[in-house]
Amino acid sequence: MSFLLACTIGILFATGTYMLLRRSFVKLIIGLGLIGHGANLLIITAAGINTEIVDETGAIVEIRGRPPLIAEGEDVLGAGAADPIPPALILTAIVISFAIVSYTIVLVKRTYQEVGTDDLNQMTATDLTLTDAPEEPSQAETGSTEVAA
Amino acid sequence: MSPEGLATLVPVPIITHFVTAVICIILWGRTSAQRWLSVVGTIVALMTSSVLLIGHASGDVITPVYVGGWAAPFGITLVVDLFSAIMLVLNGLVGLACVIYGFGNIDNRREQFGYHVLVQAMLGACAQAFVAGDLFNMYVAFEVMLISSFVLLTLGGTRGQLEGAIKYVALNLVSSTIFLIAVGLLYGMIGTLNIADMGERLTAAENPRAVSVIAVLFVVAYGIKAGTFPLFFWLPASYHTPPSAVSALFSGLLTKVGAYAMIRVFSAVFVADRAFTGEIMIWMAGATMLVGALAAAVQGEMRRALSFQLVSSIGYIVMGLGVALVAWDKADDPTLSGEASAALRAAGTLSIAGAVVYIAHHMIVKTNLFFFAGLVRRIFGHGEIARLGGLYKSHPMLALGFLLSALSLAGLPIFSGFWAKLALVRAGLEAGGYWIVGVALLTGIVTLYTMGRLWCEVFWKDAPEDASDRTKLSKVSAGAEPPPRTDGRWGAALMGGPAIAMTALTIYIGLAPAGLFGVAEKAGAQLADRSQYVSAVLPEAYLAELRADIVRVIAAREAENAGEIDGGSALADVPTDREVNE
Repeated sequence: MSFLLACTIGILFATGTYMLLRRSFVKLIIGLGLIGHGANLLIITAAGINTEIVDETGAIVEIRGRPPLIAEGEDVLGAGAADPIPPALILTAIVISFAIVSYTIVLVKRTYQEVGTDDLNQMTATDLTLTDAPEEPSQAETGSTEVAA
Repeated sequence: MSPEGLATLVPVPIITHFVTAVICIILWGRTSAQRWLSVVGTIVALMTSSVLLIGHASGDVITPVYVGGWAAPFGITLVVDLFSAIMLVLNGLVGLACVIYGFGNIDNRREQFGYHVLVQAMLGACAQAFVAGDLFNMYVAFEVMLISSFVLLTLGGTRGQLEGAIKYVALNLVSSTIFLIAVGLLYGMIGTLNIADMGERLTAAENPRAVSVIAVLFVVAYGIKAGTFPLFFWLPASYHTPPSAVSALFSGLLTKVGAYAMIRVFSAVFVADRAFTGEIMIWMAGATMLVGALAAAVQGEMRRALSFQLVSSIGYIVMGLGVALVAWDKADDPTLSGEASAALRAAGTLSIAGAVVYIAHHMIVKTNLFFFAGLVRRIFGHGEIARLGGLYKSHPMLALGFLLSALSLAGLPIFSGFWAKLALVRAGLEAGGYWIVGVALLTGIVTLYTMGRLWCEVFWKDAPEDASDRTKLSKVSAGAEPPPRTDGRWGAALMGGPAIAMTALTIYIGLAPAGLFGVAEKAGAQLADRSQYVSAVLPEAYLAELRADIVRVIAAREAENAGEIDGGSALADVPTDREVNE
């Protein structure tokens, strides 16, 4: 199970990074989302998932990751219960990333309305020093058609 | 003040800012009420922070607060030590100055759409990050701070702001994700989130190499937030786009939260293999300083040049931390004589104290320089250096104020910057980090050149005839809208007042550095001696049990090691910790 999860996390990180490196800002958001999911899965995997520890003969010696429920009539969690903190962390992280993704989607929409493109290569106005800034705005537009072509 | 009294005050700055933000939401649209409320809230927070600082400086105590009565390490813990208290006061100070400055600088539309709410939420989140006693709480504070800053940055929605925001948002989200991953991995390894508890448990970490990898993840996450080389590119892309009050607030606070987190985590959590991360930080610091200062020299927009200069200054803070980590690590070397070891330890402590002084100096001066840039923008309607000039003749006080702050930033004597750099350079020399000291001094010269160039271009040279003609601006600054000129004389006074106060403060620190230095040295000593922090935060019984456990684990592992002759090399560098035996 851990191996499977590790592969899933790896794929999520790889695709997420790939998407982050695209020029389209929409893909960038998708990339961030994928990496976020990867991070959440990573936390749950790193903190330990439901596993059975076996000895050489194959007999189960210990079970980890039972549901963290306190049995009736007892005060503390029984042995082998899953740690309830990682799900709590992930829940917080999910809520935060939900808010942030909503914000970024609005940001993309507003930027698209203002700039007219979602190509990050065209959004260089704030990154230029004066020496390499085109003198007239029309040059930037011809540049953009070349890129599109 | 009694420890209980101090403990009651710890959550007050956070709560004040957030309550102010909520009331501002209730008073939506009534901007004058929001203005008053915002000022009152920030003053209350600043005053409580000052009481906290005085209480901690006089008593040399560390105050933990267990939220909800759950003792550490199980509940959420807020911890104020001297370093946190200093940061809280600076938070309030920069916040207050920016709030007042904003009255003259922020237009009505932005105010109506929640400017005050966002500023208060951001200040509250920064305060929370400064007192967070566990890493996840710190992560949440970072996120609250980020989301408020995202909206503050884009509030107004001009083209420049949106384009800058995209880079800012994307890279900061990557940083948050890396931070979250690092916290998750660390939790998986040692099963705790409390900073004090983590430091203790990591002394017996099973796999020190994995700990070093996680440490580097933290360096990257905080490095993006703090704006270090090669991770700073979001900063100069975005900081010059919003109104100057927002730029000033960001430049004063946000990167310093990253720097604070770096110092906190690497002094309290990662205690093993410090030379490894320390070396990385020193290289990063050298490159950050030099690249930032050199890039500032070729910028054509005033606030963009200041943004690069801001990056350069972050290098000094990281250098202070890196030198301290390496010195502390060297001091642990058993082959050293007692004297040499003590000298190295003292050099490390001085280095971290220098970083604290530098943070204080930098927050004041850099905020102030952005204030002046805003005043220049108010006069000309833009900040493009080639089309500015003549201010020395028309506004001599403004020119003088900028010059004083610029010289302070470059580190000339009688200003606060001189003392901060002096401490860092001296500590660097004592710890044997000669090349980084060389880079730091060289950067000082480059900074003097860039700031001098900026001053000559903006204030001294004659203004071009069409200086205020916005149609002739290049694409770079065309995206930024002109600042509002509605408030007339009052607006100028509200913007000039904080600038004068901040200038006075940097000169005051320069003339009488003993006060700040005394506090910073005590803070450095607290950071250097982790056991103070640990025994203040963790309950005694828990700590005793934990330490006994750690001794047992290490002993068992050593026994195992002795059994395996060739297989044990990976475990050989588990720290046989001196703190455990104490």
